[in-house]
Amino acid sequence: MPVHPYIPNSVPEIKKEMLRALGVKDAEELFTVIPEEIKFRKGLNLPSSASEYEVRRHVEQILSKNRNSGEIVSFLGGGCWSHYVPAVCDEINSRSEFLTAYTGDVYSDLGRYQALFEFQSMIGELVEMDAVTFPTYDWPTAAGDALRMAALITGRHEVLVPKTISPDRLSVMGNFCGNLAKIKQVEYDRQNGRMNLEDLKSKLSTDTAAVYIENPSYLGFIETQCREIGEIAHEKGALLLVGVEPLSLGILAPPSEYGADIVCGEGQPLGVHMSYGGASLGFLACRDEERYLSTTGHRLISITRTKREGEWGFTYVLPERSMYAARDKSASITGTGTILWAITGAVYLSLLGPKGIQELAETIMKNSYYAIKRLSEINGVSVPLFDSPHFEEFTVNFDKTRKTVREVNEALMKFRVQGGKDISSEFPELGNTALYCTTELHTREDIDKLASALEEVLK
Amino acid sequence: MQETVKGVERELAYTAVAWNEPIIYQLSKPGRRGSMAPRPDKKVEAMVGDVLSKIPEEIRRKRLPNLPELSEPEVVRHYIRLSQQTYGVDSGISVGVGTCTMKYSPKVNEALVRSPKLTDIHPLQHEETVQGALEIMYRLGKWLCEISGMDEFSLQPRAGAHAVLTNAQIIRKYHELNGELDQRNEIITTVLSHPCNGAGPAVAGFKVITLYPDETGIPNLDALKAAVSKHTAGLMITDPYDTGVFDRNIVEYIRIIHEAGGLVAIDQANANSILGRLRIGDVGADLCHFNLHKSFSTPHASSGPGSAPIGVKKELSKFLPVPVVAYDGTKYYLDYDRPHTIGKTAGFYGVIPNIVRAYAWIMSMGADGLMETSEVAVMNNNYLIQKLLKVRGVSLPWSESHPRRLQEARFSLQRMKEETGIGVDGLNRRIVDFGIQRCFPAHEPPIVPEPFTPEPPESNSKEDIDKFAWAIQRISDEAYSNPQIVQEAPHNCAIAKVDYSPSKDPKKWALTWRAYLKKHG
Repeated sequence: MPVHPYIPNSVPEIKKEMLRALGVKDAEELFTVIPEEIKFRKGLNLPSSASEYEVRRHVEQILSKNRNSGEIVSFLGGGCWSHYVPAVCDEINSRSEFLTAYTGDVYSDLGRYQALFEFQSMIGELVEMDAVTFPTYDWPTAAGDALRMAALITGRHEVLVPKTISPDRLSVMGNFCGNLAKIKQVEYDRQNGRMNLEDLKSKLSTDTAAVYIENPSYLGFIETQCREIGEIAHEKGALLLVGVEPLSLGILAPPSEYGADIVCGEGQPLGVHMSYGGASLGFLACRDEERYLSTTGHRLISITRTKREGEWGFTYVLPERSMYAARDKSASITGTGTILWAITGAVYLSLLGPKGIQELAETIMKNSYYAIKRLSEINGVSVPLFDSPHFEEFTVNFDKTRKTVREVNEALMKFRVQGGKDISSEFPELGNTALYCTTELHTREDIDKLASALEEVLK
Repeated sequence: MQETVKGVERELAYTAVAWNEPIIYQLSKPGRRGSMAPRPDKKVEAMVGDVLSKIPEEIRRKRLPNLPELSEPEVVRHYIRLSQQTYGVDSGISVGVGTCTMKYSPKVNEALVRSPKLTDIHPLQHEETVQGALEIMYRLGKWLCEISGMDEFSLQPRAGAHAVLTNAQIIRKYHELNGELDQRNEIITTVLSHPCNGAGPAVAGFKVITLYPDETGIPNLDALKAAVSKHTAGLMITDPYDTGVFDRNIVEYIRIIHEAGGLVAIDQANANSILGRLRIGDVGADLCHFNLHKSFSTPHASSGPGSAPIGVKKELSKFLPVPVVAYDGTKYYLDYDRPHTIGKTAGFYGVIPNIVRAYAWIMSMGADGLMETSEVAVMNNNYLIQKLLKVRGVSLPWSESHPRRLQEARFSLQRMKEETGIGVDGLNRRIVDFGIQRCFPAHEPPIVPEPFTPEPPESNSKEDIDKFAWAIQRISDEAYSNPQIVQEAPHNCAIAKVDYSPSKDPKKWALTWRAYLKKHG
């Protein structure tokens, strides 16, 4: 093995000197702690080491096979959204200190704690709740943790979720609930997508820990009966949990205003690139009460003071709850989370400010309404399926065109247009339906291009 | 000799950047803004009109969210200052931070994952348009199979604890399919395994039995035999341990658990010491996981995103989370056709940037470089051990039975604590005064009293290790001669000793600025 650039002690003389200090001739002697009979002796069937140039060329060549949003106009959402990422976000999250830090204490890592506290503070303002936990993997896992909390707080074992929820998200939530709670789905009104309150009432029982709703819903419409749903849940002693897409909170009421007890959501829209769905950020906010905070296994940090006048410091709250201390008695898993994205989210939200987030949300909604209008002019296309307000996503139905969503999307590719997500197998009752998404990134020309491509495809 | 010590002392004479940076809300001035959102096109505006009126009053936001108001240069300065008050692997010596494998994250890999060819693709795009991403995922999966001796990998789990939870769900599903889940409701773990090996199976709904080490630092086989019963669903442990001890009983454990009808999942968080030398799949484990942010060099990112792919044997691959990346000979695709899948364990497919970084890192190392990695990591660690054992007040529990350790070692400052009052808390507040990252103590419960667990992976130079050992020696000298300096530490950091009292006091703690203003404003 030649001296490797990432391994300073791979220089033979240095190795010799260190091994001499250890009193061994060969590094192999150090591995006698592994029983000989289980050692792997064949040698790994992998290529041998490569130079930086070789690696770069090889990986770039593979990545070049991807077609990105500069090459295709895409109308995909469904849990990962394309938004503008200000240059400052990338500048800060590529700072090597933030990028390569991990678990240092507040004395060495003050900045990391403060940036995280600021993220928590801004999420707290968006949802208007006082307690925000360490961020977790993504919206689905945060929602799973919220359900666990509700079951532990109430001592009940059932949660109700809308039938309009993303089946993938529901699967994650089920996996996170374990034995703690069973998930039941509440019917929706086919006319407007909203939760069917009669069905909700009939399914609510004294074993219902929580009713979980989403705003905007997975299918794009805005659930407008939140207050009523909250009241119905609370009357039966169940909690109201709300999942949110955070940019919509520039124009939608903060969930605490309509009675939310726990709020979770996806932070990827806050300055984090899509990266094939591989860069997500789950957040969770709740009532600032001990019975809430003691049922989350997530780490919690509080602002505090130091021995020197005027200095800010940070400290962990109720550390004995987390798995690091409680092991199998902890309420959920925690550990390496998504702090770099939380720092990015803090940068993003502080750039936007109160006015900026409102304007952005308005732009998004206007673009969606423009798209809805343009698409509804096309013969045979029904858009949206639900008679409710929509934010950035909406359903597009192709039943009358005698084409499947798959066929439509295949045909659109020829126009370098990526159509919406095919949800016809997720929601068979909605027929041949796709979930389209427009954001502030879509120009009028982009949307017009989609409309004319669709017209062509459906001719 | 005297001269060298002076040299080190000079090099470690450190003063942290102390900006006394306010909380961002304190910098806010009404009316300022840091960005302009794109405005809708005029024609769009004219056509759609006042869309906000479509939102019923009761669900519309009435007052703007209280976000800070700053200009772009102010935001940049604020977060640059916060970054300067953060200590990364790139900043200096993180040799003390064991269980975390604080190795160097190559810069070329950062350049690769910032390519718009990766950042700007959506997970639901037509498969033809994401062949590059799928190809790297597929290839990494194959390489991880080769490194672990497993048959198939899922890249979906986001971090170690998440991987352990996912493996517990697979164990559950396996017994469910066999109709034995009601009976097999217990997972056995060991207390020196990472705590997620207890938390993961518990969250998945298992009862957890925890074995304790005997005087040799590992549980004895009788303890395991006593714990095994018809209720045993499986064994979930970390090996090598966070103590750097390799549990030689592993072969026997696996035999005993298999005979009892259970499955074995081995947490490979400490794989850095065995790369190319031991494949846990060959030893007989049914499931495992790697932490890409540890052994495979992806940056720790201030505590995530990490990434922790899970590997399983053929018989269990039908339970893997969907989708799995597959290849039909001409193109890569997402395979959802697994009728017995546990479903999804998180959204989409995994932490893609880290998957690309790990792929690039393995390629740069190659088979020979992986062997060199584990060799130098283990050499570094044993070199550090012999240095630290010369320091007054420091001991290495179980050193009689395990004098040599793999990637890390768990020391005790118990004697120093008894003799001087200075324990690991003091050590950690003082060592940062020398510009060295603090040490990882240990996970609970305190099996080793006053523990600290350094780990010097292969990217540390001999000089780094020498300096780290020098600092430990120096703090020991201070503890025995002038303990006050340690008690009152830190002295050279951005802030002084913090008031920990909000930690347990609901009236004092404030997890957000709004809560702080309510409680203390």
